[in-house]
Amino acid sequence: MSGAQPKPTEDTPRLAKHAYVTRLLGTALGPFLALGIVVLFFAVADSMQDDGGAFMTVRNFRTISAQTATVAVAALGMTVIIIAGGIDLSAGTALALCATVLAWSLKEDVAVLVVAGNNVQGVESEIEELQEKLDRVTREIDRKEATDSDTTEAMEERDTLEKGIAAQQEELKRVTKIAASTSRYSPTLALALGIGAGCLCGFVNGFLISYLRVVPFIVTLGTMRLYLGVSKQIASETTVRPDRETQVPEWLGDFLSIRGKALWAGLPIGVWLTLVLALLLAAVLRYTVFGRYVFALGSNETTARLCGINVRWNKIAVYTLAGFFVGIAGLYQFSRLSVGNPTSGIGLELNIIAAVVIGGGSLSGGRGSVLGTLTGAAIMAVITSGCTQLGLKNPVQDIILGIIIVAAVTLDQLRQRRFAD
Amino acid sequence: MPAPLLQMWGISKRFGATQALKDVSLTVESGRVLSLIGENGAGKSTLMKVLSGAHQPDAGEMTLEGHRYAPDGPNAARLAGVSMIYQELNLAPDLTVEDNIMLGQEVRRLGLLDRTTQRRKVREVLDRLGHPDLRPDTPLQSLSIGLQQLVEIARALVNDAKVIVFDEPTSSLTQHDVERLFQVIRRLKDSGIGVVYISHFLEEVREVCDCYSVLRDGHSVGEGDLDKSKDQEIVGLMVGRSVEELFPVVPHQPGDVLLKLDGLNGRRIPRDVSFELRRGEILGIAGLVGAGRTELLRCLFALDPVSSGKVQVEKVHPAPMPSARIRAGLGFVSEDRKDEGLAQTRSIADNTTYSSLSRYSRFGWLNLRRRTKSVSDWMEKLNIKAIGPEQNVDELSGGNQQKVALARVLHQQADVLLLDEPTRGIDVGTKAEIYRLMGELAAEGKAIIFVSSYLTELLAVCDRVGVMSRGQLREIRPVADWTEEEVLTVAIGSED
Repeated sequence: MSGAQPKPTEDTPRLAKHAYVTRLLGTALGPFLALGIVVLFFAVADSMQDDGGAFMTVRNFRTISAQTATVAVAALGMTVIIIAGGIDLSAGTALALCATVLAWSLKEDVAVLVVAGNNVQGVESEIEELQEKLDRVTREIDRKEATDSDTTEAMEERDTLEKGIAAQQEELKRVTKIAASTSRYSPTLALALGIGAGCLCGFVNGFLISYLRVVPFIVTLGTMRLYLGVSKQIASETTVRPDRETQVPEWLGDFLSIRGKALWAGLPIGVWLTLVLALLLAAVLRYTVFGRYVFALGSNETTARLCGINVRWNKIAVYTLAGFFVGIAGLYQFSRLSVGNPTSGIGLELNIIAAVVIGGGSLSGGRGSVLGTLTGAAIMAVITSGCTQLGLKNPVQDIILGIIIVAAVTLDQLRQRRFAD
Repeated sequence: MPAPLLQMWGISKRFGATQALKDVSLTVESGRVLSLIGENGAGKSTLMKVLSGAHQPDAGEMTLEGHRYAPDGPNAARLAGVSMIYQELNLAPDLTVEDNIMLGQEVRRLGLLDRTTQRRKVREVLDRLGHPDLRPDTPLQSLSIGLQQLVEIARALVNDAKVIVFDEPTSSLTQHDVERLFQVIRRLKDSGIGVVYISHFLEEVREVCDCYSVLRDGHSVGEGDLDKSKDQEIVGLMVGRSVEELFPVVPHQPGDVLLKLDGLNGRRIPRDVSFELRRGEILGIAGLVGAGRTELLRCLFALDPVSSGKVQVEKVHPAPMPSARIRAGLGFVSEDRKDEGLAQTRSIADNTTYSSLSRYSRFGWLNLRRRTKSVSDWMEKLNIKAIGPEQNVDELSGGNQQKVALARVLHQQADVLLLDEPTRGIDVGTKAEIYRLMGELAAEGKAIIFVSSYLTELLAVCDRVGVMSRGQLREIRPVADWTEEEVLTVAIGSED
């Protein structure tokens, strides 16, 4: 095919190599550089304070890592969604739902509840209730006997109540016996339920998006509210407080604790888990068929369809996977708050999305990286912490974060425009 | 002789590595229709984008009525009197004819719309165009494409256009609308407007234009009066090489029947399409835009819903899903590389292997090294110019992108290749490579369906050619039994 060489492409390689390097800088190194600058800035500013020097300490970075872990791990899932060209506004309330389910399951001793159909607490309160009624009826009988009224009806009621209490005492024995052997499985089961709730939320999002063919923004705007309602229902419109001494296992409470004995190799277990999950996710995105499909979906969905990729199921898988991460994040949140509060996740989705965007994820899909997202989450946490150290007030933090988000999105737009030509 | 209406001198424009225009000159006279001719990718649209201010030239000058003309954007060009009518109309379908015509140049009095004056102006221009019967308060979306185009022309006139550029204006029109458009263009010409007309079709050009200017690979290669030039002369200028060079022949023989279609119906089109295709055969599909050629391929590949009919590949009746069609041995190359054919922001390697990634995976995990090697092999075979398999597709030239799309169907080991306008928008050299490749694939025993709007290539490359019109496959004949005129007659003839 000599003589037929297209002239315009002759010097493509040299130029394209240059573009390749800048792109690499743009997606992964950019946020990293920004993190470096932010850390450096606060380090210098903090050391210039009279009582400064607390910023650049191991302890402070430990605190930052523990504080950001919840958003970071949920943002890992959001990264997958955003790369695939979607968005999940329900991540915040779904996260709170997971925490609530976890808290409720612990409080209700869920393993016993499942096996016995009841739990010790439940039977005990039942007995208490019956006992109260019995006391009342007994008082009534005394009063009626004093006035020589007819007591047959009340006597009958007393007998029924006494029988009921006796039955419940039996039930208590049964349940206590079961509890003795199964209660220890409750934390594990609660954990599975909490994370499972996250997966289910994700699955529902994915299913609705692919089968109703409604844009993710609208679908998750709806499910955001839906999940809030469900968790309020579970929590009976209050906050679920499992007993810290007896019902919350120590390791769960210590998950993100920075107390010396809760640390493992210098960091809380939860932070290590986040890093391990991030590594795994990065590998999945790079080295699996599914990972390639995620990028294909976000880059161009019609191409994906044309290549015989099952767009529906892959989308559902994407959202379910993200739901798994939301479940883990729910666990983290519970670990920090030690209660399940349905409203604690409102607005959190915006921090999660911001972490991905600051980390170089593109809201038009096809671009994003795990490393970038972690960096994005870290940048936000460092700014929050740094501002606190400098004594800057909350509004200032918000303003700075806002500026950084707009800057990140502008950068993304610039990148896109450059490649559009 | 008075100064020409519009002149462009020594226009050059470079995009990254691509020299799109090099020292191009063009003269438009008042009251004449100039045809700008050239292959796809020759630089016609870039030149017109320079004229309309959408692109700034790297070098060169323009004058309009003797004054320097350097628009910094499409709006400046419009105000100066240069209007463009693109294939894709720029109208608001929900507004009325009048609102569309006056859009952006509304007549205002004390900040309020002056409908009376506006209506008078609209009537005036519609009159001038020979269509006083078109009611200004009709919603635009109730009009045919042809009439919508007329609205766009009227808009240019309201703006006091001196030069109007038509970019392939007939590609989506019916024969009746084409006639009307030509009448309108003649009226414009008579009123002293300079018209630039861009088209592939020489017959059309001869009917409506006075003179021509030919672009090839971004250079001006010739101009003249149409009366004094023969077709071969102009085609020679366009292509810049002999026919043998452009259409390399690789001998191939038809073998066993590979693909069988029986009464295939889409939701609307195609309608009732049946044919057989043998191994080692290239079947061309001709037809006007909207005749259902693309839809036929999409239906065959199950990208569009199939409402009835049978598709058989060898002995298999694949399910109506793209994945099943791929497994059965079909491979589809989309006409739209940018929005459908390729994931532009992904690498060559990804784009080549998306349809058969499982070949490199065990339990879902990929062996990237093996994949890179295999993709490199395909890049070499198809002569894809890039720094490596990991380079992004959007950094490649159109021709190389098309080769990546072809690499995908070859990589997935498709037996039946469905190629929809595979040579659109790529340079002549790469076109020749693709024609040769098609011949080689046929010689290897693959079957090819080749859809194209460019009749010359269909008649040069295919073994048989079928003509579609209104969703139906009207006639298939061996290529030797067709002439361009006959194809066009069948394509247009069954319209009423």
